[in-house]
Amino acid sequence: MKKAGAACGAVAYCQSELFPLMSAVFDSLFRFYASSIGKKILVALTGAMLVIFVLGHMIGNLLVFVGPDAINEYGHLLQTALHGGGVWIARLGLLAAVVVHVIATIHLTKQNRAARVDGYGKVASQVSSKSSRTMIWSGLTILAFIIYHLLHFTARLWHGFGGAAYEIQIDGHKAHNVYKMVIDGFSWAPASIFYVIAMLLLSSHLSHGVSSLFQTLGLSTHRSEPLFKKLGYAFALLVVIGNCSIPISILVFGYGR
Amino acid sequence: MSLLNLQLKVWRQNQGQPGHFQDIKASQIPDHASFLEMMDIVNERLIKDGGDPVAFDHDCREGICGMCSMTINGIAHGPEKATTTCQLHMRKFRDGDTIWVEPFRARAFPVVKDLMVDRGAFDRIQQAGGFVTVRTGAAPDANSILIGKEVADAAMDAAACIGCGACVASCKNASAMLFVSAKAGQLNSLPQGQPEKDRRTLGMVRQMDKEGFGNCTNQYECEAACPKEISVRWITKLNRDYALASAKEAFVGVQERAEGGD
Amino acid sequence: MSLDSKIPSGPMALKWSKHKQDSKLINPKNKRKYTVIVVGSGLAGSSAAATLSELGYQVKCFCFQDSPRRAHSIAAQGGINAAKNYQNDGDSVHRLFYDTVKGGDFRARESNVHRLAEESVNIIDQCAAQGVPFAREYGGGLANRSFGGAQVSRTFYARGQTGQQLLLGAYSALNKEVARGGVEMHTRSEMLEVVVVDGHAKGIVTRDLTTGKIEAHAGDTVLLCTGGYGNVFYLSTNAMGCNVTATWRAHRKGAYFANPCYTQIHPTCIPVSGDYQSKLTLMSESLRNDGRIWVPKNNKDIGKAASQIPEADRDYFLERKYPSFGNLAPRDISSRAAKEACDAGLGVGPGGRGVYLDFAEAIGQFGQKTIAERYGNLFEMYEKITGESGYKQPMRIYPAVHYTMGGLWVDYNLMSSLPGLHVLGEANFSDHGANRLGASALMQGLADGYFVIPTTVAPYLVTQTPGSVTTEHPEFQKALEDARGRTNRLLNVKGKRSVDSFHRELGLLVWDKCGMARDKAGLSEALRRIPELREEFWSNVNVTGSGSTANPELEKAGRVADFMEFAELLCYDAMDRKESCGGHFRTEHQYPDGEAKRDDENYCYAAAWEYTGDLSKPKLNKEQLTFEEVHLSVRSYK
Repeated sequence: MKKAGAACGAVAYCQSELFPLMSAVFDSLFRFYASSIGKKILVALTGAMLVIFVLGHMIGNLLVFVGPDAINEYGHLLQTALHGGGVWIARLGLLAAVVVHVIATIHLTKQNRAARVDGYGKVASQVSSKSSRTMIWSGLTILAFIIYHLLHFTARLWHGFGGAAYEIQIDGHKAHNVYKMVIDGFSWAPASIFYVIAMLLLSSHLSHGVSSLFQTLGLSTHRSEPLFKKLGYAFALLVVIGNCSIPISILVFGYGR
Repeated sequence: MSLLNLQLKVWRQNQGQPGHFQDIKASQIPDHASFLEMMDIVNERLIKDGGDPVAFDHDCREGICGMCSMTINGIAHGPEKATTTCQLHMRKFRDGDTIWVEPFRARAFPVVKDLMVDRGAFDRIQQAGGFVTVRTGAAPDANSILIGKEVADAAMDAAACIGCGACVASCKNASAMLFVSAKAGQLNSLPQGQPEKDRRTLGMVRQMDKEGFGNCTNQYECEAACPKEISVRWITKLNRDYALASAKEAFVGVQERAEGGD
Repeated sequence: MSLDSKIPSGPMALKWSKHKQDSKLINPKNKRKYTVIVVGSGLAGSSAAATLSELGYQVKCFCFQDSPRRAHSIAAQGGINAAKNYQNDGDSVHRLFYDTVKGGDFRARESNVHRLAEESVNIIDQCAAQGVPFAREYGGGLANRSFGGAQVSRTFYARGQTGQQLLLGAYSALNKEVARGGVEMHTRSEMLEVVVVDGHAKGIVTRDLTTGKIEAHAGDTVLLCTGGYGNVFYLSTNAMGCNVTATWRAHRKGAYFANPCYTQIHPTCIPVSGDYQSKLTLMSESLRNDGRIWVPKNNKDIGKAASQIPEADRDYFLERKYPSFGNLAPRDISSRAAKEACDAGLGVGPGGRGVYLDFAEAIGQFGQKTIAERYGNLFEMYEKITGESGYKQPMRIYPAVHYTMGGLWVDYNLMSSLPGLHVLGEANFSDHGANRLGASALMQGLADGYFVIPTTVAPYLVTQTPGSVTTEHPEFQKALEDARGRTNRLLNVKGKRSVDSFHRELGLLVWDKCGMARDKAGLSEALRRIPELREEFWSNVNVTGSGSTANPELEKAGRVADFMEFAELLCYDAMDRKESCGGHFRTEHQYPDGEAKRDDENYCYAAAWEYTGDLSKPKLNKEQLTFEEVHLSVRSYK
């Protein structure tokens, strides 16, 4: 006999007569999310999406060093792919990933706090890294940064990024002068400093997160695990160097100013 | 043999009441004594002075029953690698040391008294699937099930788990994943365990969640504290087995064990 | 009451199958009306509880530990024997039977041993099917090793923790039945009394060790699977909690206690290092394959480092006394030789109770690497406990109590002289005679639980109306009062000495007078001093805390109180048996070379002691042992 019941209230709805055929599948999916491993797998999958995004985003941004045309054309390409739909597909996908990643980790963290009510008088660690113990704080700071970053460069709330001074023509079409936005944006010290701090935290987050996702997805083996661990550190280092090189070059060395 | 003078900070608690640390002097402790023998000496003196001896769990005192359960200086079973508290000896400490002695702390392990905790959650997790359903007398000849040495040895690695709960105690999140993964992994990796693999995995993980353990965040403190050096690769396997079992349950259906019936 | 062992008639090899055919059956619908109480959750208890539940009985299982998985069966290292003959080396049921009877020094019941040998093969099948990770060959088949001097390789093993793996197998079967609702498991519950109604065991009284609540449980039969009494010696390789309480309480209610003097000593344990010592740790006997055992020849060398004692001043006493077996002389002989050396003041290490086990020559011959490959884990364990490296200096070893062959007397159906009370595993006396062979304890516990009791409990149950007695019966109320009264009495002594100090004193006394070697004078002294000590215990023990919470001191006190009574019976039995056999050595009865001298004419019986109400006047009942298949012979290791 199939035992009824799951942790989620929505199950009752799914099991209602509206979706009689779907109920078993939904029941299982909700139970999957309700379980500890299920949530972790979602965190790992969304984490993997975000890791790929971070890499792509960084490579794209580094075009700023190739010159104004390179990065502006790249920006234009993103804006016009699939008749302008591509960017929205990416945005919605990333938004969903971020939302799931954040909600599931907050949920997990709350459960973790609740799992030990009386803490130890003497706290000690043997092998866990500081990064691994501060994932929720590095993560939430990065979230705050992402919001700021989107308002800054995507919604273009400040510096008059929305104005005509930041418009150019590419192949007869109106486009954003991404190059100028980057140079001007990072010429303002507070923005660059926040950016660098966020990248350091992102690097810390990735140093645990990358190898961790292989573990959660069940892909680590005795032999591959040390490799994944090194890959995680290397990626974290690459991201921090690559991304910080832009504001530092602009602010400290006056690149493009 | 030399003698040690130590300052203990011992957790005292009665069931259902708030606890506190008590400072207890442990003087003239022979360094050849085991940690539990040190506690015996301390208790003997407490009794003599009209005090209340410290309650702690222990039984075989040879590192296999899994009953002893102290967190010593913040580390489950103390500082020596791959060693239970009963096998930890006082020569690992220095004269004048302050030693914090606490129970294995987790919401799923409520304190019974002082350093004794209730680890019944582990039994309930095992009851949720940690077995092969075979009736006594219904087994085929043992050599009719051939199992390669590598597989048998790996299963033995997992089976070495003594169910002490140090993994939970040492985990920042009080997660029981190392225990559950070792128990499920032993049977899930053997041919005898295949027919019930999905049901076992789902059942044990759900019971683990129900008991109020935390979630694994891949920090591996459990592996470092485990007296039997169970590898976190068993957790990898449990994650994988669980994902596959969930998918199968969602789209094909896994029959759960009927309750009560025969 | 007469001792009817109920051995089935017919040829030895057919007795068990005939008995199974002749035994009455209970139909499935009626089985669920019967409640079976199982005390203890080791190999015998867990396997019995699981199997009886599978058959349909309602089972209630009790253990004092916090989980059934912690029972002391878990600590067995070596392996489990089975007459599988997977090695094609000529093993058979008959050979295992023969070895066990002979190894038991002809003091076991032949029919029981034959049944044990028959069931041994089924145990391995059962355990393998449960997922017990036995050692395997590359081809995937099960591996075997030769153990304890056996001439065939019939021992199955799982690294150095066969006991844990078999117990986890039985525990998993138990969990399966708990989940199904067939077994009601009570952990942290200690049995304090057996309840007897109209001459039949119909229940038990337990104390919940977390709340202190004393409760009654009724059933249609009671199974005691509570292990041995080795902790009467205080220091033994048993777990701290092992105790005689369940069997002793049953004894006081009418179950005969058989052969308590048969106690097994293991020669290669780590010696006592000081007064604080709480238990002894066993190291595998295999160490004697390469290690040489010696003590200094002269008193003047005592206290010197081993390396400073020249070869000429060392006494390799086993090699000297038993030239053909040397360091591999049997357990009891090696143990006694070590004791003699220490008694002569030549012992090494703290307290002078130890002899050297030296690997210098083996390391010189094979290299440290080879020795580490063979015994690495044992050297590590030794270093963890003693802080010394066995590679750099000789190890120190000393014999310790390890297993007790005696136990409650049972008939072929495993029922004691108290009707309705069945006894399984180490707690009964039946299969090992005066001495147990290596890797046979696990075999017996599981044979009793998985395969014997499920058949033999039915003939008793069919004579009983299920559920005829409830805890409302006046006998239950009386037993509850007795248990509460005793608990309160312990708490109210409020004397000056701790429970442990009494246990330690009792243990030292019993070890000294009734340990490895016994004589009339020593036993007389022990019989004089034990009642005195018991009296002091009841007037001067200090049990702290209350009875209404978790209270380890109170638990220990109850157990020590029973050891205080049991120790006297142990000495009476040792006094009565004026011969040396297996685990019982009377110095008056030995051959000139120190070999045990058995007296088959006068002592070929199992001594089943009856409680008379007066601890100093136990009544001896004898079950004469007959040997149809294996002929009485004298062993020799020269």
